[in-house]
Amino acid sequence: MAKESNFKNMVVALFAITFVASASLGVVNEFTKGPIEKANIDAQNKAIADVLPAFEKLGKSYKVLPEGETDTLELFPALDKDSVTIATAVKSYSKKGFAGLFTVMVGISADGTITGYHILEHHETPGLGSKMALWFSNKDKPGQSIIGKKPGSDNLTVTKDGGSVDAITAATISSRAFLESVQRAYKALKSHSNPKNSGAIQNGATKEGANS
Amino acid sequence: MKQLRILLNGLMKENPVFVLLLGMCPTLGVSSSAINGIGMGLATTFVLVMSNILVSMVAGFIPDKVRIPSYVVIIATFVTIVQLVMQAYVPALYASLGLFIPLIVVNCIVLGRAEAFASKNSVFDSMLDGLGMGIGFTLALTLLGSIREILGTGKVFSLTIFPENYGSLIFVLAPGAFIVLGYLIAIINKIKKA
Repeated sequence: MAKESNFKNMVVALFAITFVASASLGVVNEFTKGPIEKANIDAQNKAIADVLPAFEKLGKSYKVLPEGETDTLELFPALDKDSVTIATAVKSYSKKGFAGLFTVMVGISADGTITGYHILEHHETPGLGSKMALWFSNKDKPGQSIIGKKPGSDNLTVTKDGGSVDAITAATISSRAFLESVQRAYKALKSHSNPKNSGAIQNGATKEGANS
Repeated sequence: MKQLRILLNGLMKENPVFVLLLGMCPTLGVSSSAINGIGMGLATTFVLVMSNILVSMVAGFIPDKVRIPSYVVIIATFVTIVQLVMQAYVPALYASLGLFIPLIVVNCIVLGRAEAFASKNSVFDSMLDGLGMGIGFTLALTLLGSIREILGTGKVFSLTIFPENYGSLIFVLAPGAFIVLGYLIAIINKIKKA
């Protein structure tokens, strides 16, 4: 079965194989490009709808660079029928997770109250840190829920650090990181609605909510 | 008859996970739940069948010295196809398997069967071998995933058997994978000897 190898037939064989491989991948990529993009947008829209109260339509998204940081956050304002911003979904992140980076969609209403959150991507330990998907929205346990709290006036850190939120049992690092990402989201939203902090890069297409 | 034996070979007698002990990295990594096990198993099965078919077709034309790189390119192509298709049509499963899909490229089951079987046998036999090995791998991962999910969280396929509080977390984590795998191998050995 083994074929005698010489320079010429090795080059020809490898060239032929890589050529066919790349051509077929190009074709598959053409077919799946659309659906992949759609799946990503669907996932994002679902997360936005998940964290915000009922709204009429989504405004134009914009990016904000929070003060003293290097990465921009993307904000998605939700409008009522008069095109007034009633709440904003902020795509935030934390690099301090137990297994590095994770991304969270945080919903914040116009008066600065957290309306919900949705973990977009994380690598936290299953059964410990991964509990954050539900832990911080548990309505029966006001000590650990962040829904309805205001990052502006409430101290959103874990109780061990003197804050007001109960950390996930045996996952304090994940809890700290999660709260950090929520605060980052709030900071980004605030620095945008208060132009004196000049965090905004690009102004949204709409005016801000009445309370801001 | 011979064909049937090739197909069944991978299920029990030469099960890639329990007997050949190949592909341990994805086995331990993704078997934290039954659904992950099935997803990973089916993705690997597709790659195994397709790469076995193609390798057995081109084996006669490939010079001996560039054999392995050629097989790797063929396998990598099919893995990328699986990855793109999964990303497009089952994004939830893709998100939970994540890194382990591209790692199928270096899964020793796939390269092992290409080298040990497909390059020496006919196209049809190679396809059957890939299918048998793939199903064996899928069954092993699903079994492992189900046991770990039940013991760890009290659920299987999101069907609650007992409340999560009574589950033992260790079975969802890596040490649990080693423990369950060890016991399963012992049981399979016992059955095979009987």
